[in-house]
Amino acid sequence: MSTPPKQGEFYQRDRRWHPPALSQDYKTSVTRSPQLPLISLENTASEITGPVFGHNDIATADNDLLTNFAQPGESPIGERIIVHGRVLDENARPVPNTLVEIWQANASGRYRHKKDSYLGSLDANFGGCGRTLTDENGCYHFRTVKPGAYPWRNRVNDWRPAHIHVSVFGTGFAQRMITQLYFEGDPLIARCPIVNTIPDPEAVEMLIARLDMNATIPLDTIAYRFDIVLRGRRSTLFENRLEGN
Amino acid sequence: MRQKLGYLKETPSQTAGPYVHIGLAPGAAGFEIYDQELGRDIAGPNAKGERIRVEGVVTDGTGSPVKDVLLEAWQANADGIYAHPEHAGTVEDGFRGWGRVTTGFETGEWGFDTVKPGPVMGRNSQRMAPHISLWIVARGINVGLNTRIYFEDEGEANAADPVLNVIEWESRRQTLIAKHSAQNGKSVYRLDIRLQGEGETVFFDI
Repeated sequence: MSTPPKQGEFYQRDRRWHPPALSQDYKTSVTRSPQLPLISLENTASEITGPVFGHNDIATADNDLLTNFAQPGESPIGERIIVHGRVLDENARPVPNTLVEIWQANASGRYRHKKDSYLGSLDANFGGCGRTLTDENGCYHFRTVKPGAYPWRNRVNDWRPAHIHVSVFGTGFAQRMITQLYFEGDPLIARCPIVNTIPDPEAVEMLIARLDMNATIPLDTIAYRFDIVLRGRRSTLFENRLEGN
Repeated sequence: MRQKLGYLKETPSQTAGPYVHIGLAPGAAGFEIYDQELGRDIAGPNAKGERIRVEGVVTDGTGSPVKDVLLEAWQANADGIYAHPEHAGTVEDGFRGWGRVTTGFETGEWGFDTVKPGPVMGRNSQRMAPHISLWIVARGINVGLNTRIYFEDEGEANAADPVLNVIEWESRRQTLIAKHSAQNGKSVYRLDIRLQGEGETVFFDI
């Protein structure tokens, strides 16, 4: 692998591609959205840098939700799936050795969380969280069960589409992000007020994992592909007066 | 043919939702699963500098505490060096500079123990006052909010801080300055964060 050029600041985040802070139909956002504009900062060392994680921080089996909470010899109930993909930056370069964390409901749409009181059953063999580091090519993978849809108190009959929450670090604190992965073909996606906080339909498409038959293990586990893109960085073609690093 | 720039778009953000603890702090969700949860120790036992506690509460536009927040802190060590390969210098063994805390479900109070960071060189050789970068996610927050914690007892450095001085409204700079008190001989800094309305905290697009 060739040495990448010395990199500078992160590209400006496109705030019209991301959801706005206030979206009326997602009711909780109404009182939790700042009313004053964000103050734009040029990157300093505080934003360019970010935490570094290594293989000592996590166990290799942490990415297998089929086994990481199950009793020995037991297995959670639900559709066995692989979720895999790559973490890239906006320059399409892989982001190696970065921490990806996921969490989700079980096949009934019930979370293992003391605040979730949904009627859907807990699964004694399913915890619902996993984590892994991307490899040198930015690739990651998890094994889990496909989560179920669940109701939530927004309007009285709102249901979240099946989704997996995804948290990614990147190399700088400015890349820190949390998002949600949805599944191809789910009819609840178009009806969801949280999905619809995103104004651009093409941006929504980026959150929909695709059925990936080529990564499926026959007679065992079906696969979905989900690539993640983090902010890219400028190459310092000219002096940009960023210092302190 | 029109040339294509070929850049990818950043994956759009979504709220962390009400159950963010499951993935990022399962102990708070009510179960143990990992050998070690990440982010519980920012500085490590070998860190030099003054041991401090930073705490506060996040309130919404009605003034109510937000009880399902997750906050992440990112800071330099006492010498102003980040634990990152792109920052010149080395940090103490075990100093990560990053931590993760959740609010109490009953009170909304959060807090973390760390060391007071040293000043970091900013852009154009302007020294930044000691600060901790903070990232806030929760149900109802569509894109994680970035802010900074500065320290009340660094008045001179704060007055010269290039980031605080970007904030045109001088009265708003105060929303980033944590109040100092001594409790049982330890320095405690308190910064209440207001998401919306009167006294709204300054949030940054970094």
